[in-house]
Amino acid sequence: MGREKLFNAAVLLVMLAVPLLAWQMDEPFIITLATKVAILALAGVGLNIALGLGGLVSLGHAAFFGIGGYAMGILASHAQNYEPLFAWPFLFEGSNQMPLIWLVAVLASAAAALVIGALSLRTSGVYFIMITLAFGQMLYYFAISWSAYGGEDGLSIWVRNEMPGVNTLDPIQFFAVAFVLLSLTLWFAARLAKSGFGLALSAARQSEERVETVGLAPFKLRLMAFVISGAITGLAGALFADLNRFVSPTMLSWHTSGEIMIFVILGGVGRLYGPVVGAAVYILLEHLLGGISEYWQIFLGLLLLGMVLFARGGLIGALLGREVAHD
Amino acid sequence: MMIVALTKERTPMSLILILEQVLNGLQFGVMLFLMAAGLTLVFGVMGLINLAHGALYMVGAFAAAAVAGWTGSFVLALMASLAAAAAAGALVEVTVIRRLYDRDHLDQVLATFALILIFSEGTRWLFGSFPLFLDVPSYLSGPVMLPGGIQYPLYRLAIIVIGLVVGAGLFWLIARTRIGVQIRAGEADREMIAALGVDISKLYTLVFALGAALAGLAGALVGAIQSVQVGMGEPVLILAFVVIVIGGIGSIKGALVGALLVGLTDTLGGVFLPRLFALLMEPASAASLGASLASMLIYILMAAVLLVRPSGLFGGSA
Repeated sequence: MGREKLFNAAVLLVMLAVPLLAWQMDEPFIITLATKVAILALAGVGLNIALGLGGLVSLGHAAFFGIGGYAMGILASHAQNYEPLFAWPFLFEGSNQMPLIWLVAVLASAAAALVIGALSLRTSGVYFIMITLAFGQMLYYFAISWSAYGGEDGLSIWVRNEMPGVNTLDPIQFFAVAFVLLSLTLWFAARLAKSGFGLALSAARQSEERVETVGLAPFKLRLMAFVISGAITGLAGALFADLNRFVSPTMLSWHTSGEIMIFVILGGVGRLYGPVVGAAVYILLEHLLGGISEYWQIFLGLLLLGMVLFARGGLIGALLGREVAHD
Repeated sequence: MMIVALTKERTPMSLILILEQVLNGLQFGVMLFLMAAGLTLVFGVMGLINLAHGALYMVGAFAAAAVAGWTGSFVLALMASLAAAAAAGALVEVTVIRRLYDRDHLDQVLATFALILIFSEGTRWLFGSFPLFLDVPSYLSGPVMLPGGIQYPLYRLAIIVIGLVVGAGLFWLIARTRIGVQIRAGEADREMIAALGVDISKLYTLVFALGAALAGLAGALVGAIQSVQVGMGEPVLILAFVVIVIGGIGSIKGALVGALLVGLTDTLGGVFLPRLFALLMEPASAASLGASLASMLIYILMAAVLLVRPSGLFGGSA
């Protein structure tokens, strides 16, 4: 375990050092890339709680990512257009304050995860994969046909939302916000994995019968994990929409679900920092290969295929060996 | 929502309209069945979840469009779609898929997602980003008069007939032939049929190629109504998943029932829900609310089936 902790600290340090260096050298684009990595890693950390800890292969996490994004888009667009969102029971004109937006994003995606999870967790295995995928698509088509908030074209906001004490328009300050949220979530995920709840969840992944025998309900454990997982991914969605000042149904599409899953897998399933490494490598590949060829996703596909067939522990597994790998 | 774009004009709601839409729903359902049959066979026999099934649908459509462009023959185009998709399926099975049978579902999802990326970008590289067009041949274009005075496009009727014939052939293959016996035996007990001397890896390649050919045929047939473009297989793939979740994974009969249910629900919901809401509220909001709800209808259907039968209408314990 010692080596992995050291490695994790190094990852966090690099994540912090790169944008700081870019800030010194006045390269805002690199800071934005680093911010994107931090936000996507956050989405992956969310998925990893369901996938790595709970063994729940959800192919519908784009739903929560997108709900977070739309929470930002809807609140901010009402605030910028001075059209009240609702007038009863109190007048609410939307908001451009990040903390409130995050709260709404987390609550909305947790609620969606509760409903989707309660239905999907009635099944398991391949049914679960297909059903989470289908519910994700349901929200995708709903967003496309929901013309009040942009429909297929999506929804833009003019100015990035505000946060007390921070100038979010400054790339390095917005990066700091994303980085702090990522670090807090990583800390939370580590605590969660070691808690009684996390241990029971892991046990339910390994052997459902044994967990039932000691009087715990696997369904409840998994539903709780799914809700926490969805809420974190929703928070990442709100940040991602704020980074781009834009939200569209693409955030809800199943390709997004696949990508979030790729972050987790590239790094290593069940590894706390897997999604961080995975998201960083993914964005780096996108940036480097995308510069070489328009068809860079072919290479991504080949890489992913090779990884699944020959290097199942992900990058962290390849670097650190499999001693604490996901079983 | 995607394959049916017919009769947008506002005709008064009548029996003819309803029958027309039922036929459209049938046509959609039959196409979904061709997609879902391969998926459910591959899952039933090999225990594999294949996200790249939609890529094979796309391969069939592109092969058909290319061959129709060279030769001008629609029949040759359909045969090319079958051959190209079957060949692509067999190739993928031999190189990648067979390494995945013993893996968990997560690995299968990732590897077949990677295959989608490779197929989609490869096709874009070969054919470009612009959609191709596959024309309905002259002998199948135009409307046909059905009993009861319904005018219906001949091509769509042909799709229904082709789909039903292929479906009947599939049922015959599985119920009555030696290969069908082996497939059913493979679903029941893999080790046993290997022990009885059936070359299991050849059987798997065959089943995978068969499923691929059906998907390719569906792609070509639908390609003549819509445009042929990269990514066209993905919406259909997800609907096919909904179909087999409703029908029960591994069951061909379930795939047929599920496909027709989904096809009819989606088509009829898309046409009649907005009209239904128009009776209750002002037209503009009725149209938008109706359309939103209609786009979710099949997923609501799926959720309802799951509440009653978690393993689908015809599923065993999966």
